[in-house]
Amino acid sequence: MRASVLVFSTLSIFLAPSWAQDAKKEIERYRQMVAEGSPAELFEVAGEALWKKKQGPNNVSLERCDLGLGPGTLKGAYARLPRYFKDADRVMDLETRLLHCMVTLQGRTPQEATARVFGSADRPSEMESLSAHVAAQSRGTKMAAGLSHPKEKESYELGKALYFQRAGAWDFSCASCHGEDGKRIRLQYLPVLYKPEQARPVVSSWPAYRVSTSQFITLQWRMNNCYQQMRMPEPNFGSDTTVALIHFITATGKGEPYAGPGNKR
Amino acid sequence: MAAGPMKIRATFAGGFTDIRVLMTHPMETGQRKDPDGKLVPMHFIQNLTVKLSGKTVVDGQISQGVSRNPVFSFRIKGGARGEKVEVAWLDNAGESSSIEAAIA
Repeated sequence: MRASVLVFSTLSIFLAPSWAQDAKKEIERYRQMVAEGSPAELFEVAGEALWKKKQGPNNVSLERCDLGLGPGTLKGAYARLPRYFKDADRVMDLETRLLHCMVTLQGRTPQEATARVFGSADRPSEMESLSAHVAAQSRGTKMAAGLSHPKEKESYELGKALYFQRAGAWDFSCASCHGEDGKRIRLQYLPVLYKPEQARPVVSSWPAYRVSTSQFITLQWRMNNCYQQMRMPEPNFGSDTTVALIHFITATGKGEPYAGPGNKR
Repeated sequence: MAAGPMKIRATFAGGFTDIRVLMTHPMETGQRKDPDGKLVPMHFIQNLTVKLSGKTVVDGQISQGVSRNPVFSFRIKGGARGEKVEVAWLDNAGESSSIEAAIA
């Protein structure tokens, strides 16, 4: 009897950690398999076509859109966002800047251009495909959001404050979930996004293809959805709030070579 | 939904050609309901063919069990760098699409 108890306890010591290890390894292997044939690439192809498509009252494409490195320069542009844009006198992230180009270059109204910014599996939005195309052109470039201009510093500080700002019906802040090591929702570990080592792999993989919903998702969507889950009022697309949060997170994860568009569960 | 983009990669190494192809397709099973409670009609890829320099090397029949925006990969004995690979699909609605690439 005593012998069997001993055997059991010895076994459990060796089994418990190895089971956890195996599960983690298997999840990693699954992620690897999904990443190898990522449908994100299909959105990149669709986005490229949209980038070159003549649209709006002015009937022009977005090819002359200035994403910070000069009109039409895409290579490495995403890795430098969010940043301050003199022509708009504000800090903009990728999607806000794309919206700016749709309005200024193509002559579309903000209402029309933002009528459908978050798509569905059946019908992805224009913004999602465009984000995939632009972000893909920064693969390998180190992430370096703008932090030198006073407005950039202001936006970063605003994002940081908002990250910890508790509000809403549940008195939640971003840090309520993303503020403690090892927390997770089901299988998803929640990264603590004010810690550079945890923010780096996150910012280098967004925007991304979400396997469970067959959708391409962007950071603006993530902010919108997090606020919804926190039971807060819906933020406007490309608002200073969402840009500031994206700015804070991206700047925290600076230095990581961009490896996206990635894959989410 | 009209046929969306496809993407293909074909590489030759050690006597084998590895082909990986991504395709845009809703792959509706016919069991899902839309927000109004009506069944979304079946819409899925039925036939998949892979040709190597015009010769059919894979002739596959698939159905609803395959996910949306599927990815397929094949390993074919033989092939050579520069040889043409063509992948084509045909779905139950009669829509089709194809893509070709040279083996790298």
